[in-house]
Amino acid sequence: MTDNVNKSRRTLLLSTGAVGVVGAGFAAVPFLKSWLPSERAKAAGGPVKVDVSKVEPGQMLNVLWRGQPVFLVNRTDQQTAVLESLNDKLKDPNSESSVQPEYIDDIYRSRKQNFLVVVGICTHLGCSPKYYPDLVPQQFDSEWKGGFFCPCHSSRFDISGRVFAGSPASRNLDIPPYMYLDDNTIEIGNDGEQA
Amino acid sequence: MGKIASSSDKSANGFMGWLNARLPVTQFYKDHLSEYYAPKNFNFWYFFGSLALLVLVNQLLTGIWLTMHYKPDAAQAFGMVEYIMRDVPWGWLIRYLHTTGASAFFVVIYFHMFRGLLYGSYKKPRELVWVIGMVIYLALMAEAFMGYVLPWGNMSYWGAKVITQLFGAVPFFGDSLVEWVRGDYLISDATLNRFFALHVVALPLVIVALVVIHIAALHTVGSNNPEGIDIKKHKDEDGKPLDGIPFHPYYTVKDIFGVGVFLLIFLFIVFVKPDMGGLFLEHDNYVPANPAVTPEHIKPVWYFTPFYAMLRAVPDMQMGALIMLLAIVVLFFLPWLDRSPVKSIRYRRWPYKLMLGLFAVAFVILGWLGMQGATELYKLMAQVLTAFYFFYFIWLFIYSRNEKYHEVPERIEDH
Repeated sequence: MTDNVNKSRRTLLLSTGAVGVVGAGFAAVPFLKSWLPSERAKAAGGPVKVDVSKVEPGQMLNVLWRGQPVFLVNRTDQQTAVLESLNDKLKDPNSESSVQPEYIDDIYRSRKQNFLVVVGICTHLGCSPKYYPDLVPQQFDSEWKGGFFCPCHSSRFDISGRVFAGSPASRNLDIPPYMYLDDNTIEIGNDGEQA
Repeated sequence: MGKIASSSDKSANGFMGWLNARLPVTQFYKDHLSEYYAPKNFNFWYFFGSLALLVLVNQLLTGIWLTMHYKPDAAQAFGMVEYIMRDVPWGWLIRYLHTTGASAFFVVIYFHMFRGLLYGSYKKPRELVWVIGMVIYLALMAEAFMGYVLPWGNMSYWGAKVITQLFGAVPFFGDSLVEWVRGDYLISDATLNRFFALHVVALPLVIVALVVIHIAALHTVGSNNPEGIDIKKHKDEDGKPLDGIPFHPYYTVKDIFGVGVFLLIFLFIVFVKPDMGGLFLEHDNYVPANPAVTPEHIKPVWYFTPFYAMLRAVPDMQMGALIMLLAIVVLFFLPWLDRSPVKSIRYRRWPYKLMLGLFAVAFVILGWLGMQGATELYKLMAQVLTAFYFFYFIWLFIYSRNEKYHEVPERIEDH
């Protein structure tokens, strides 16, 4: 392996091997990429239009977008009034590490202050939290001020979907991209900025 | 032994001679059965290796038969399982053999692994046997998880969702990774189809190949034993270990007895209590998958619950996923964490016996906690036990360096 090695043959061998490895890398691409969502799945994941004129204050509408529940909540003034006072109990009160479009503000987390649009999937492990609108003490929280509670692992969120400290979820509930087509129609999955 | 040797000599001209000149059948038989010398003192704990092989064969056979009646289609899968249970002749038996076999596999594997801990079977020169075994354990977990998704019950669906969501814990490209694994923005037909391909083709191939490598590595270094004594140190003039006996017929006969007892218990469960009160087949999985309704209480099947309890114990998803991963990764390094030269627990002193006992109890309690709802008390217990799980390995690394132990005899004594 020392003296009688033909250097040019060794170089050829190594370069052939290197080209082979690169080739194998390219060959792996179609196999890996075939796992990505298909064109049909992408098409099925298109935007959803919702008429929210029938949602009374305090009520929640649950619609499916890309197979995920999206909560549309017509929040009462009583519900939104407590939001600022909860800041100390939250993990991320100003939604700094949240998944949300840029046009969403930090505390109300909505385009219109009273109307929340939020993905109803717990950011912990993907269960769907339940809506507990009333500002009354609950079994899981004696100082409950209205919001969402996940029955799987007891994550608690306020009425803006911000996660309370002490919950297993580490991130506020996600806000999907959405826009108002008119006063009463919301399109989820399309905010006019990206297709 | 003389008999087999002479009969193979005689057959040098016959059919066996013809065959052996082309394929070393007799040599293979000798190397792995009739002249594979295993220590003479194997006990109860040594049944589980051969039982794991038996369960593997059961899973392969019943699995192939199940694919003959099943369709991996989100619209049909749940109904196909019902069809197998009600309409396919003997379908109920084949399916129950497969579902009970999945749990039996983990029972047997956990005993098999604990045997390794008791007698130091992971130590030099068997480090690779242990590491390959750990890879099999990982592959088996993936196989079991994907198999659990196939009936497309509501627990299948939400379990798949929770587990694939764990990939989201990967920094930077976690979310795209989740999409890539699912093949859609949600758990869907695409997910079911690929899980079927992996469960039925890819992973069984991997597992069978790994089992062959596991046994090849074992037969290179030879089996350990309850005394942890190296039998290769003392050989007779023919080079046979004095404390060894040929695997066949001695251990084949012993293992057949083990198989008899195992089948008695296994088939009792298959016929009388195949769901094991919701432990082997969960009640929520008798409801079809429904993306809009989360089961009240999502939990994996019992064999994953110790790790699930660790995941939930940490109040941060990324850290929780990391802790769960580390809990499995740390086991890979066991051969290098335990630095004591003594293999068997029989020659180690009380601190090791106590700690190993506590470790096993902690693992079992974690498993129980993983099945319970998340209350504050249970969460605290899970946190303490998770901490102890990791503390055990740190303690072992420090303690085993200058461990005091009883002197290990040269030879295996007759009892």
